[in-house]
Amino acid sequence: MLQKKPLITIRNLTKEFDGEVVLKGIDLTIHQNEFVTLLGPSGCGKTTLLRILGGFEQPSDGEVRFEGIDLTQIPAYKREVNTVFQKYALFPHLDVYENIAFGLRLKKVPEAAIMEKVNRMLSLVKLDGFQKRSITSLSGGQQQRIAIARALINQPKVLLLDEPLGALDLKLRQEMQYELKEMQKELGITFIFVTHDQEEALTMSDTIVVLNEGQIQQKGCPVDIYNEPNNRFVANFIGESNIVPGVMPMDLRVAFEGQTFHCVDRGFRQNEEVDVVIRPEDLQIVPEREGAFTGVVDSVIFKGVHYEILVMVGDREYVVHATKSASIGSKVGLFVSPEDIHVMKWGGA
Amino acid sequence: MDTKKLSYPYLVWITLTILVPMLLIFLYSIIEPGPEPLTFQFSLAHYLRALDGLHLQVLWGSFVIALASTAACLLIGYPAAWFISRLRARSQSQVILLLMMPMWINMLLRSYAWMTILSRNGILNSVLAFFGLPEQNLLYTDFAVILGMVYNFLPFMILPIYTAILKVDANLVDAARDLGASPGETFLKVIFPLSIPGIITGITMVFLPSMSSFVIPQLLGGGQFLMIGNLIERQYLLTGNWHFGSALAMLLMAFILLSVWLMKRFDPKSMDSGEGVIPW
Ligand SMILES: Nc1ncnc2c1ncn2[C@@H]1O[C@H](COP(=O)(O)OP(=O)(O)OP(=O)(O)O)[C@@H](O)[C@H]1O
Ligand SMILES: [Mg+2]
Repeated sequence: MLQKKPLITIRNLTKEFDGEVVLKGIDLTIHQNEFVTLLGPSGCGKTTLLRILGGFEQPSDGEVRFEGIDLTQIPAYKREVNTVFQKYALFPHLDVYENIAFGLRLKKVPEAAIMEKVNRMLSLVKLDGFQKRSITSLSGGQQQRIAIARALINQPKVLLLDEPLGALDLKLRQEMQYELKEMQKELGITFIFVTHDQEEALTMSDTIVVLNEGQIQQKGCPVDIYNEPNNRFVANFIGESNIVPGVMPMDLRVAFEGQTFHCVDRGFRQNEEVDVVIRPEDLQIVPEREGAFTGVVDSVIFKGVHYEILVMVGDREYVVHATKSASIGSKVGLFVSPEDIHVMKWGGA
Repeated sequence: MDTKKLSYPYLVWITLTILVPMLLIFLYSIIEPGPEPLTFQFSLAHYLRALDGLHLQVLWGSFVIALASTAACLLIGYPAAWFISRLRARSQSQVILLLMMPMWINMLLRSYAWMTILSRNGILNSVLAFFGLPEQNLLYTDFAVILGMVYNFLPFMILPIYTAILKVDANLVDAARDLGASPGETFLKVIFPLSIPGIITGITMVFLPSMSSFVIPQLLGGGQFLMIGNLIERQYLLTGNWHFGSALAMLLMAFILLSVWLMKRFDPKSMDSGEGVIPW
């Protein structure tokens, strides 16, 4: 990727709500035209972070700079930032057209230009012909798309989106994911996108920021986040994982389940205790004597594209995603390639 | 358990205390004593008399005074409601309590209090005299009546508007600011339009008692035939012509219903959804 200019720099950002620390020293740099996703469980502070960027909350400590300028001094209505709110926040006394035109009206854009842009926005969110509809007559998904159109029409430098696809069904959701990504690339707008859906984060983002309890757990591109989780929390939150305790006898070797495996990790102390992460789709079921270690098939669930097979190795359970089924109770071998073994610092029991 | 049944005592109560007296008034307005004692005959004479120029003039005068009081209440009440809604939550309930407190005192007493303030030798003139300002004769004027009404009915304007402003979703205010609206624009384009239902309720709740009031014009207006309410009261208590009084009362009611109905036309909520429209 091209070297981009930093657009927003966040340093040691802290936010307290009457004694409760919700954001604990966030450090983050967001670049121009980057698609950044804030990913984390409910209550981890995603909305709070967005609200500070939007100007609806003041930080308790730390600084936020936008193109080098201290953002906290600029009131919300003067920021070149627009928000798609988690609860849509459409104006109930205005129809669809007037909702979308709201920002342009304030900028005194001529009526003909407003009309043209609103119509273009409506077809972008696939709601042509909805101009005169009242907000209350729209479904949740339609309201969400109007909210996106209302924010995008202003062509902000940064668009903040707080779970904008939450109310959509799977098919529309995937369509909108694609559309949003296209718009972002085409319009050259920086997107800061909040979700707690890891799949959405992986498919859309340039950069994923994993948050938990007001702290950044990991920041990186989707592939790195998926393949090289920093810690147990990230490994568990991003997709399913088998996390097994092990030790590193030396660089490029890791021991677990009574065996020593080749791996691609280095830089740990000798015999350091570590967590070993293996994704379910990286485990292969092989005949018993070909496996690196063996176990007994405990259950098999058909999941559409794959079978989810639970294999008991001793008293530890491994999740395996395989295209072929296995018979329950049979003894099987498990195999994993060195590059699919991910070692991370031991996170405690 | 059928909760509908729980409302029966209430329905009975309403019938006895509201419906029956109304029917009696209606009945009184369309009959007159017959040739024999204790007989009655149908007659529209009371209505014809009520609709003559003099009485219509009183109705019109009452309307103008009620309108002026309502307008004054709105002009004072909206900013007051806005101001209260901006206070911290604790202060808000305290101010609301202060606002309600005078309502626990009988309206008669409150009007007497104003009499002592406004009268020739009253508090106001003493204060004016203290500063060497000329004496004002305010009692027994239209101004005094309007003042009394504003004082008595202002809470009915403030409370619904205050509630409507509070109900405006904070997210909508954020959204307006996000889209570039300054605080002033946010008020004009979002908060004010969304508080219109409260304004409508407030206007209705001030206009109705103002239009039919008779205690306030009696005490502060000097008991002339100032307002339709006094005229009706007089028919019942002084002249003893219940039939004509009833016809005037029906006329007043028709006028008020018409006003309320016109008012409702301005309510954006009842316009599109149909709910809240008075069904006549
Ligand atoms: N105005 C506020 N006053 C007090 N506490 C607040 C306020 N806003 C947020 N919080 C608290 O801050 C924490 C983080 O809230 P936030 O809304 O940022 O979570 P989130 O990550 O967006 O969650 P979700 O995925 O459920 O939307 C929560 O514990 C919440 O209760
Ligand atoms: Mg949130």
